[in-house]
Amino acid sequence: MARRAWYWLLALPFIALLDVPLYDRIDPRWNGIPFFYWYQLAWVVLTAALLGIVYLATRERAR
Amino acid sequence: MSVTASVFVALVLVASALGFTAARRNGGDLRALNEWALGGRRFGTILSWFLLGGDLYTAYTFIALPALVYGVGALGFFAVPYATIAYPIVFLLLARFWSIAHERGYMTAGDFVRGRYRSRSLELAIAATGVLAALPYIALQIVGMKAVLAQLGGIFAIGGGAMPLAVAFTLLAAYTYIGGLRAPATIAVFKDILIYLTIAAAIVVIPHALGGWHAIFTAADRALASPLHPFPLLVAPQMQFAYATLALGSAFSLFLYPHAITSLLSARSADVVRRNAALLPLYSILLGIIALLGFAALAAGIHAPPNEIVPILFARFFPPWFAGLADATIVIGALVPASIMALGAANLFLRNVVSPLSGRAPSRDAGSTKWLTLAFCALSLILVLFMNVKFAIYFQLLGGAWVLQTAPAIFFGLGERSLPARALLAGWLAGMIAATSFALVDGFSPNIALHVGSWTLVGFIAIYAVAINLGVALVAAALLRVRSPQGEIA
Repeated sequence: MARRAWYWLLALPFIALLDVPLYDRIDPRWNGIPFFYWYQLAWVVLTAALLGIVYLATRERAR
Repeated sequence: MSVTASVFVALVLVASALGFTAARRNGGDLRALNEWALGGRRFGTILSWFLLGGDLYTAYTFIALPALVYGVGALGFFAVPYATIAYPIVFLLLARFWSIAHERGYMTAGDFVRGRYRSRSLELAIAATGVLAALPYIALQIVGMKAVLAQLGGIFAIGGGAMPLAVAFTLLAAYTYIGGLRAPATIAVFKDILIYLTIAAAIVVIPHALGGWHAIFTAADRALASPLHPFPLLVAPQMQFAYATLALGSAFSLFLYPHAITSLLSARSADVVRRNAALLPLYSILLGIIALLGFAALAAGIHAPPNEIVPILFARFFPPWFAGLADATIVIGALVPASIMALGAANLFLRNVVSPLSGRAPSRDAGSTKWLTLAFCALSLILVLFMNVKFAIYFQLLGGAWVLQTAPAIFFGLGERSLPARALLAGWLAGMIAATSFALVDGFSPNIALHVGSWTLVGFIAIYAVAINLGVALVAAALLRVRSPQGEIA
């Protein structure tokens, strides 16, 4: 895949976190934590993972 | 002295000692500005991670964020999406900024603008904005320290903690003067070990003592609910746009602050910057957990000034020695960024404000920057000791809206084609005026309601101002092109 194509993966956190009505709800809870909170915390981890993937996928050709 | 106070003083002294010894490590001639202010641009992935973590996730964040959640509920959680989407921006845009800066030897955003646009007026505008935004940020670190000192009581709280604050700031100014960026970088490692320790303990002990997260959220919901705001655990529908724009605007402005650029440019390579974009979100998880402590304070029935709830939580749920450790963590967490902010602002001011005004080339020597760093430390201390804290908070909020007005010049400048300097300057001016008037009109609320017909959209003032900024810049660019078809900038 071309480098630019991988970069599109980084649009996902923007969509997932800026569309607030998507996650502005209480249920389902996780460990008693309302959805609103654990969803956003989960996206912190997912964003880090996406950045790691894009970094590894584009590293060679970046040199 | 109590156990809490003894542990607190001991840890702050260890951190200061680390700061003083930092100069001797790592070699390099500290008389050279590049060595003193940017650590010789040799920081690898791990040191950069600690440095950026210590720089961006400040004591003020750790005090103010739970305070915000404690006060307004879900809306205060916007810092989590903010501190998440900031990293794709770092990966895509700031890594490129690093490469250009490295290749051309730029040390500041002002250097970048001068080199990219050959315009000293745009350089001056961008740099002055950065300096103005940095000063209240330093002041707020002191506000964070004050909250801890008030909680420690005794000699620490006399005169609003003026004496210990002056001691802490003298130490800070001294080791920054001697070691430059190496000092906060070294202390940041120590500070972060303390932070991870403190938060790990907090997340186990506090929810357990309060009957679990479900109970905490239920109690917080009951404590915060009001007829005006019946569902405080969620963002009210009319505030969802504000929530998104607060996150987006803050994410884009984060790396436009001089202290962030200073830390960024001290990295060894663009690869170090990219790797850190993937590793720094670990701090954002901490940030989220800390924000939730605001709900824990509500559930614990704490009634106190919002800025003091975190030290109170630790004093209530932990043995005295651990509370001292948590208090020291917050204070050291203030000293690290304050040092980098003073250094970054001083460097920016001398290179890109004084130099264009005096017409002399910026010095390669660290001497005058070191003195100005001391002056900025003193100025911030005076700001906090003699002025209303509210003023510092308002000023910082406005600074955040101002600093985003430098985004078009910086981010467009990363591409092959940008807008002409004069168009960007016009946009910057319009954006600054808009941001300032929005803030003044609405009593320094971060959000303002935009009325379009019968439709109302509440959003972050910085985003509205930058939209005006962009609009003016694009129109001005089009007008300039009509007047001179060749264009000034390729």
